[in-house]
Amino acid sequence: MSDLNTGMVEKYRNNFLKEVEANVEEGDWVKMCMQCGVCSGSCPLGTDWDHPPQELFMMIRAGKREEVLQSTSMWMCTSCYNCIVRCPRELPITHIMHGLAHYATRLGIEPKGQPTRQFAQLFWDNLAKNGRVNELWLGVNLYFMNGLVEGVKVALGMAGIGLGMLKAGRLSLKELVGGHTVKDKKGFKAMIKKAQELEAARVDNAQ
Amino acid sequence: MSDIVATNQTILVVGGGISGMTAALEAAEVGKQVIVIEKTPSVGGRVTKLYKYFPKLCFPTCGLEINQRRMAANKNITVLTMAEVTDLQGEAGDYTATVKVSPRYVNSNCTACGACADAVEAEFDDEHNYNMNKHKGAYLPHNMAMPKRYVIDPGMIGSDDAQKAKDACKYDAIDLDMQEETIELKAGAVVWATGWRPYDANKIQPYGYDRIANVITSVEFERLMDPFGPTEGKLVRPSDGKEAKNVAFIQCAGSRDRNYLKHCSRICCMASLKQSTYVSEKFGDDADVSIYYIDIRAIDRFDNFYQKVQDDENVTFIKSKVANIVENKENGNPVLNGVDTEGYNRYANEHDLVVLAIGMEPSVDKDTFPIEIKVNDEGFIEHDEANGGVFAAGCSSDALDVNRAVQSATASALRAIQVVNKVAQAEG
Repeated sequence: MSDLNTGMVEKYRNNFLKEVEANVEEGDWVKMCMQCGVCSGSCPLGTDWDHPPQELFMMIRAGKREEVLQSTSMWMCTSCYNCIVRCPRELPITHIMHGLAHYATRLGIEPKGQPTRQFAQLFWDNLAKNGRVNELWLGVNLYFMNGLVEGVKVALGMAGIGLGMLKAGRLSLKELVGGHTVKDKKGFKAMIKKAQELEAARVDNAQ
Repeated sequence: MSDIVATNQTILVVGGGISGMTAALEAAEVGKQVIVIEKTPSVGGRVTKLYKYFPKLCFPTCGLEINQRRMAANKNITVLTMAEVTDLQGEAGDYTATVKVSPRYVNSNCTACGACADAVEAEFDDEHNYNMNKHKGAYLPHNMAMPKRYVIDPGMIGSDDAQKAKDACKYDAIDLDMQEETIELKAGAVVWATGWRPYDANKIQPYGYDRIANVITSVEFERLMDPFGPTEGKLVRPSDGKEAKNVAFIQCAGSRDRNYLKHCSRICCMASLKQSTYVSEKFGDDADVSIYYIDIRAIDRFDNFYQKVQDDENVTFIKSKVANIVENKENGNPVLNGVDTEGYNRYANEHDLVVLAIGMEPSVDKDTFPIEIKVNDEGFIEHDEANGGVFAAGCSSDALDVNRAVQSATASALRAIQVVNKVAQAEG
């Protein structure tokens, strides 16, 4: 991925906005921001962002490529859509945030060890296996994300909720082995493979 | 009503606000016959509700009086108040308008002595003050009302109060049997000057206009300054009558926002800059004004005014569209939350009173408009040949301040004059 990063730096030298427009989902909206700040003020997790969305948009236009793509900020987005609802220019801010995070990941320069980023990867790996989310394994993997000792601690802390979910039929121990799948698992795998091929071709073209 | 003479050479002016008055005067003073249709009981429109004009900070009552005198002196102008155009048929040079005239229950004998108002007890919301207070069931719309004639609220009819009003009148001016009338008027050209209305602040949900007493609109703030207004000219806030020294203005409240009005309403920046001087006028150095803005649009000569306000140490400018307002339950203060654009600082600022610089919504409704008309996405009437002899004036055509509305009205009068001149030539 670092080759892609070098290639992109070369291609869009000094024009990070163009790079974002061409490669980030909904990136061509960035130039529409009029810096009113209503997104930043409306974000329920706003205090946890190093750079609120409005600032990220300004940084993109100012060409602060590394500071934006390596930022943890867009990983803080929980998709509550408050910013999209309130944006006076109807910018799809949530989508742009996820687009930036995804693009940074493709380039291999996303912040390492960022918890939301780690969870997103766990979720994808889990989902891509059977076409259905295996909640039991997702939970277990999440608890042990930060090592064995931490994992045991978290798991014990959550035991009550886990047992409650088992009783209510919201969680099944059968999921430990195999787990439920989509009806046509082979077709699902083929579909994902094709999508990844298309995406790779698109990235190659962009370079 | 049947004594009104209207022909294909008559210019019909719909709306008697500053634009309608201007168009009517311009046409009448070059000798054209003009009929003004005004929905409310008196002419003058929203200008009558302003305390001061920007940028000169003079009183609108002055210019209004001049226009009213010009109208009263001109025999070519007929004014119908409490009247609305319900239908319009025909084409340039040959229109027929259907006009519904509501009963005023007071005839021209009225001397505005006020005996009827003293006699009655029932009270109704006072529209002149944006319903912030009540007026009696027999009332004069406001001090400068033209015609200077009382009105009996239709809610009074059939009550003992109405009879009391009638009995109190020494001039036999009250006629409780007055009925609604529908009349038809000919016209060669129509000037549409129905003006604007403040955008419904309740729709801007995050600002809590509907649930926080001390969040008001700019048009309401304007009324607080009137010595005859709801607070008798005192700058106090609604919740507890406390003096409002620490006042926040929020710009683009409903404007430049695809969730509300798409257009820039043009007047709000200057209105807030002007209103910031009201706070200084009342409280001197104790005034503490904050203006929250996206960008200040004070164009051309208005920039001098903007600079003057910027130089005022008691006024702070915060570049930020406020995200939401909550109420401090202990003292009733609105708390403004947001992030500014000059440093991206998160704030939670408390103020005595918050004024929403409310946007300007055209009072043109395309769906119920009586004749085919070109209306743009923002709801204003376009200048288009398809409109025939119907010409928009003032805020029916765009978001305009008084100065530009008057210019627009003059232009519309000229267009209307050209149409009726052609009719006159054809008729010989």
